[in-house]
Amino acid sequence: MLALITEKSKKILISSKFRNLISILFIIFLSLGLFEALVISPKDYLQSDSVRIMYVHVPSAWISLGIFSIIAFLSLGVLVFKNKNFVLISKSLAPSGFIFNLIALVTGSIWGKPTWGTWWAWDPRITSMLVLFLFYFSYLLSWKIFEKNKAITISSYISIIGAINVPIIKFSVDWWATLHQPSSINVLSESTIHSSMLIPLFLMTAAFALFSVLIFLMKYNVELIKVKNKGLNRI
Amino acid sequence: MILNLLIMSGYGVYVWSAFLFTLFNFLILYKITSRQFNKEHAKFSKKYKSLNSDQIILADKQSTNRTLVRTVAHKI
Repeated sequence: MLALITEKSKKILISSKFRNLISILFIIFLSLGLFEALVISPKDYLQSDSVRIMYVHVPSAWISLGIFSIIAFLSLGVLVFKNKNFVLISKSLAPSGFIFNLIALVTGSIWGKPTWGTWWAWDPRITSMLVLFLFYFSYLLSWKIFEKNKAITISSYISIIGAINVPIIKFSVDWWATLHQPSSINVLSESTIHSSMLIPLFLMTAAFALFSVLIFLMKYNVELIKVKNKGLNRI
Repeated sequence: MILNLLIMSGYGVYVWSAFLFTLFNFLILYKITSRQFNKEHAKFSKKYKSLNSDQIILADKQSTNRTLVRTVAHKI
């Protein structure tokens, strides 16, 4: 049954029709999101127009955290069940997670200058995001420097250890005195952001999520073709 | 209107650089992945075409191979 599901999901992931659908949705959501974020959404009463940086900074941070959590979860599956498809999925997710982490750090730094008067501060949230960046970097590096079997084990351990940092990033604003404000968007309670700012934020998050899915699909195909190329050599 | 959009109350340089940096990274990542994808696809296609009929029957036993062969014609 599991093999059947894996085989079916593989076919969907390889299908170019599915990739084209994601590309179209990404372009639609990105266009709407950019228009809402740069033109329609209001200025902040304190931060003025600089608040618009939020529409690229926050979704990038959310997605890089989400991707790393998925990688860590799958890596646990790799170590326990020795599932090779989990390895391919994790490896294919990492590049977009890494780029989103970089975007979150750089746009955060750009936002910090007009808001806090500095490009960088050793604030708990920023520092823990930098630590996540180093974990992403180590994860990707492990695939470059070690041979396949060793890389699977080492990259899995890197992501599982790095997962400890994920709740630290999330709760850093509650646990320590920080330049960052506490969470404005909560799943369990009412958000403190007005809907005029929530709409562009969600549109941009959807666009970024679709982009990461698109890159994942392309990267997954690259990894799968590499495996299949080796398979053809053996025939 | 357009000037206001560019200047953004004096914060334009920050806002636009943040958005452009994001979109530039998207473009770079897409280009790199797309190049890898096309390269590996071409390799697979070349290898598959070099197989004889018995080897093709053997390769086609794997449904993933069949799907990959079909998608060669629909590359992004």
